[in-house]
Amino acid sequence: MDTQKETDAASRASVYSRDVSLPAPAPLPRDEDRDTLLHYYYQMVLIRQFEEKAAEMYSKAKIGGYCHLNLGEEATVVGFCAGLEPSDYVYTNYREHGYAIGRGISPNAVMAELFGKETGCSHGRGGSMHLFDIERRFMGGYAIVGGQIPLATGAAFAIAYRGSNEVVACQMGDGTTNGGPFYESLNLAKIYQLPIIYFVVNNLYGMGLRVEKGSAVSELYQKACAFDMHSERVDGNDVLAVRDALRTAARIAREQHEPSLIEAVSYRFRGHSVVDPDRYRNQEEVQAGRAHDPISAFAARLMAASLLDENGAHEIEEQVQRDVAAAVQFANESPDPALEELFDYIYAPEDTPLKGTE
Amino acid sequence: MAEITYRQALHDTLREELLRDENVFLLGEEIGIFEGSYKITAGLLKEFGPKRVVDTPICENSFVGMATGAAMLGLRPIVEIMTINFIVLAMDEIVNHAAKIYYMFGGQCPIPLVIRTPGGGGQQLAATHSQNLEVWFAHVPGLKVVAPSTPADAKGMLRTAVRDNNPVIFLENLALYNTKGEVPDGDYTVPFGQAKVAKEGADLTVISYSRMSTMALDVARRLEQANKLSIEVVDLRSLRPLDHETIINSVKKTNRAIVFEEDWRSFGVGAEIAATLQEEAFDFLDAPIKRVASVEVPLPYSKPLERAALTGAKQLMEAIDEIKPRRRR
Repeated sequence: MDTQKETDAASRASVYSRDVSLPAPAPLPRDEDRDTLLHYYYQMVLIRQFEEKAAEMYSKAKIGGYCHLNLGEEATVVGFCAGLEPSDYVYTNYREHGYAIGRGISPNAVMAELFGKETGCSHGRGGSMHLFDIERRFMGGYAIVGGQIPLATGAAFAIAYRGSNEVVACQMGDGTTNGGPFYESLNLAKIYQLPIIYFVVNNLYGMGLRVEKGSAVSELYQKACAFDMHSERVDGNDVLAVRDALRTAARIAREQHEPSLIEAVSYRFRGHSVVDPDRYRNQEEVQAGRAHDPISAFAARLMAASLLDENGAHEIEEQVQRDVAAAVQFANESPDPALEELFDYIYAPEDTPLKGTE
Repeated sequence: MAEITYRQALHDTLREELLRDENVFLLGEEIGIFEGSYKITAGLLKEFGPKRVVDTPICENSFVGMATGAAMLGLRPIVEIMTINFIVLAMDEIVNHAAKIYYMFGGQCPIPLVIRTPGGGGQQLAATHSQNLEVWFAHVPGLKVVAPSTPADAKGMLRTAVRDNNPVIFLENLALYNTKGEVPDGDYTVPFGQAKVAKEGADLTVISYSRMSTMALDVARRLEQANKLSIEVVDLRSLRPLDHETIINSVKKTNRAIVFEEDWRSFGVGAEIAATLQEEAFDFLDAPIKRVASVEVPLPYSKPLERAALTGAKQLMEAIDEIKPRRRR
């Protein structure tokens, strides 16, 4: 028994280092625009602090229900958003606060949604797991694992049907690739030649189940071969690598009308949700994961290229602190949804304008 | 006004809606090249091409979800699920997603989606191919559930369904496809949430829908001709929204009610209507409300066993006999 435990612990510790044995972050390419890079950095810091504040607000019972954080996944999140155009459509799972912010929904509207307020991006009806913004084409966080995949595939179907030029990007976790909707939908996307990017964030765990214990193939991008589909595995700690993989996939979608599967290997700094004490992960592994902090790694690259100095980094952090404090204040001061509106939105009225037919 | 079959009424309506609105398209298993298991879509692939009439692989959950996603972007998909038994595979996309998206995201994104599917038993198709699962959907806020019994209502309600901005479960019945009836010409629509008094009567109300409604009408006419009883038949047509007013008014007049349904008795449409009537018309009732429904077994293959399990005219007559008024008014 003890021997088994030791073996398990050893394999867990080693597997993490194996899975990130991707190329070390390269020096920044020369043709990158400074302001764009600094904006990525700002967004990553914003998501980090927003999520830390969300955890704090959860512990103060300002936020209810379940609350899943993007801590540790900031490069994956920002790279994903940076690889898309504003006219593209995004579907995600329930770990989506960062994606919502990355798509341009204001932190105020996201925090207000977590607080269940009328000013939230889903008018307080959805909460942490169900963020939505039709204007920014953020088509929802979905809390049934895999539920978003057929929906995203359908959005891509509508784009192909109309012959327009947008792309759909559908984010999911590693555990999702073991369920039926994943296989059914990738098959549909290939046979109908749909402009969609399936984006798997492999943070190595479902809730507590290791990826290789739940999936017959632990390099998840390989699953695309069953559908004769372009696929790629990238270092989810490298914002530019994730962005570039998305850009390539988006080009394939727009120009060749073909779907893709991108796997970003990432790591969750905390438990599955705010209330998860994270006892199933080996502490050594967690320390190693945190040591690969995507934000400090990106800061180091920016500094090495003389695009950022300590002062600049400090200024960005202070700006973010102000933004997050403002979001909390906005959420606190916003009104609850009115009780007499309990029955609003069950059915859409006859004259509701439909997307694409306004 | 022409006399056509229920099947023809559905086919013609699909065709007319495809012609009317380019956002309308059909998808489902074997609806194109094979022309549909029950030939509702015969000829439509040839006329409209593979963009508008989409054959899907066998993956109910994902093609229903795909239709829902297409509806999110403003298309008006009409899904055919070969029989209602297979809809069970798509429950997640229907109940957790199509029914929730408009509400859960604060009214930002309507889902104009139709899911057509036939239910019903009696064809010796055994337990997994003979079910009536409409109450599963009628239970869910966010869905609309309709079940027309005549070719005219099939036409009028399918048009309404296609033009609705919400997910509609459109229930057909295998045994109704070949039935005939007069169908109004032109752009005929039937609103949801309005039951129809299919036959007026004074002694007792039979409340029903879909195929059982046509059977109730036969029984009522026979009893009327034999000069035995005057039975009012209410065809619900729409389960969600449910027309309380028409059933309550009918029972206020006849003081007696039977709910006649092909699904299992427990937790069924009859239970819902009996509860509604005792809440809203208690003082008008002169007899207990009867539920005439199918026996609670997975439907067996053997013809004698199948006959014993399904409800029908005989069971309805027995129930009428039990609660009919002792004296004619």
